[in-house]
Amino acid sequence: MRRKLISLIGIGLLFYNSNAATIKVGKTEVCKTIRSAIAKAANNDTIMVLSGIYKENNLVIDKPLTLIGIEYPIIDGENKYENISIKADNVTIDGFKVCNSGISSITDFAGIKIYNRHNAVIVNNIIEDCFFGIYAQFGINCIIKNNKLTAHQVQEQRSGNGIHCWKSDSMQIVGNTISGHRDGIYFEFVTNSIIWRNNSFKNIRYGLHFMFSNSDTYAANIFENNGAGVAVMFSNHVKMFHNYFKENWGDGSYGILLKEISDSYIDGNDFEKNTIGIFVEGASRIEMYNNSFKNNGWGLKIQASCMDITMKHNNFIGNTFDVGTNGSLVLNNFDYNYWDKYDGYDLNRDKVGDIPYRPVSMYSMIIEKYPPAMMLFRSLITSLMDKSEKVVPSLTPENLKDNHPLMKPKQL
Amino acid sequence: MSKIIKYILLDILRNKIVVAYTLFLLAISLTVFSLEDTPQKGLLSLLNLILFIVPLVSIIFSTIYIYNSSEFIELLVSQPLKRNSIWFSLFGGLAGALTLAFIIGAGLPTLIFEHSTTGGAMVLMGALITIIFVAIAMLATVKTRDKAKGIGLAILLWLYFSLVFDGLVLFLLFQFADYPIEKVMVGVSALNPIDLGRILILLKMDVSALMGYTGAIFKDFFGTQKGYIISVIVLVLWIVLPFGYSIKKFNHKDL
Repeated sequence: MRRKLISLIGIGLLFYNSNAATIKVGKTEVCKTIRSAIAKAANNDTIMVLSGIYKENNLVIDKPLTLIGIEYPIIDGENKYENISIKADNVTIDGFKVCNSGISSITDFAGIKIYNRHNAVIVNNIIEDCFFGIYAQFGINCIIKNNKLTAHQVQEQRSGNGIHCWKSDSMQIVGNTISGHRDGIYFEFVTNSIIWRNNSFKNIRYGLHFMFSNSDTYAANIFENNGAGVAVMFSNHVKMFHNYFKENWGDGSYGILLKEISDSYIDGNDFEKNTIGIFVEGASRIEMYNNSFKNNGWGLKIQASCMDITMKHNNFIGNTFDVGTNGSLVLNNFDYNYWDKYDGYDLNRDKVGDIPYRPVSMYSMIIEKYPPAMMLFRSLITSLMDKSEKVVPSLTPENLKDNHPLMKPKQL
Repeated sequence: MSKIIKYILLDILRNKIVVAYTLFLLAISLTVFSLEDTPQKGLLSLLNLILFIVPLVSIIFSTIYIYNSSEFIELLVSQPLKRNSIWFSLFGGLAGALTLAFIIGAGLPTLIFEHSTTGGAMVLMGALITIIFVAIAMLATVKTRDKAKGIGLAILLWLYFSLVFDGLVLFLLFQFADYPIEKVMVGVSALNPIDLGRILILLKMDVSALMGYTGAIFKDFFGTQKGYIISVIVLVLWIVLPFGYSIKKFNHKDL
């Protein structure tokens, strides 16, 4: 049995060696352009590209090849072309600097675009000033890892998304840095994928944009200072773990905007200095545990259209308003959270407050119903009303309360 | 006239209450700035205190001071002096002393900890509000002869501007909730110097992002150079109109 296995591996190695050749591309090599190297290459060959500027118009990779750039050779799209189009399975692109793709409102030009293929690997590239950065269309089981994407457009219309995945499956988006694009990472109809340890900041619209994408996970990402934060819409079974949502500050800006989401987990995330930490609309069956809401305008804005949302063991510290809502119907469950504005007591010293905490202040109810009342923001009368409402609740929803508020912030 | 202003100014500055007021403001602003983790937040907490305490002290202190110096005023009137200049110097002395107290007490710490345009705007607003409430106090005292009544009126006026007016605004908002009244609110805010001052400062801070649509409309108006100048002019009018009216009354008053 063992001999059989060894011989099988031996045959495999032989097969591999006999097939994979390495072709070098550079000014002093035989192949001057990558295009000619691809034409010459057989399946599974490796093409090594030496540093230099390559103007290849639209470089189409139509064979399963490994392209390795040495010292970041530049692939220039001259503001007219799509730099690299992947039209074969099992293509690897490693270590290139891709810049200046065309900008069009008809065609989605991208720095690197995957056309209906699987097992593409795009690693360690620098992508600068491209319309779309990396675009996966019907990509399956592709890895997009450690790329650095920057763009400098100001208008939404002139800018594409950093990493754009459409109708894809089993994608791995890991360790990329994206800034200055329209949406940092865009998912539409993408399933069973992971977004891990990316840094998405200063994008024009969203740091991460999720639409109709089910059963995906995003974890340990940093979303900072994006135009409107992160939007997760019309999806289910999404898992959001240990992400940082920071300084998404401005009119109509959110840490996360959740719209029509169900059966999802939001666990261990940090929301700091966002206008609204989480805005939830029409969501159901979501579990939010161990999140920290710090110095936001609103920690959480939860519309009455939400159902079965469980908030447990979260810390609310230094938010202007802890929770805002727009109606008296509450079908959600708040329990065992820490609220810095809680002024109750704990007689039996079990570290749980003895009287419930109502996180919705009267003034936040008033401005939800009568927005012009914002004119009285931080005036004496509003703080007096909040105080009196705390004693005798009348306008704030009766059921929106934390029955077991923690006395000390939970260590996260 | 400058002699009388100088005399009144020195008299007030020697007064222990103004010194206490200065120290109190100083203590509060230093505490607030060292307690809060960012100067921006300190500014926000200080704003609430300033909009509460400064008008109160300004209006009550001025009222009491004028009533207490009624004999001095009578003496001055018997001299060959214009009534205009007597009233002016009284106003100048009071406004000068209290503004000085405010600038030392709250202005300096603000400028030290947060030397931005927001901090500058806040010091300017505080100074303007001090002068406005001195002017209102002078109107209250000239209207009533009785000291107790005058002080009562002053307290009522303070209560009106810092609380009752906002209550009325809220009432109006509820009544006209179905109409687009955001723009009207910009005009309404001009009717109360405290509100106007608060909105002007809030719009300069980044908390203005919380103010949503209404905030955007306010920002459209107050955020521009033109709007800012107009609102400062409105605040100056809040000084000129009450004081002008009081001087007219004082000129014909039977002491």
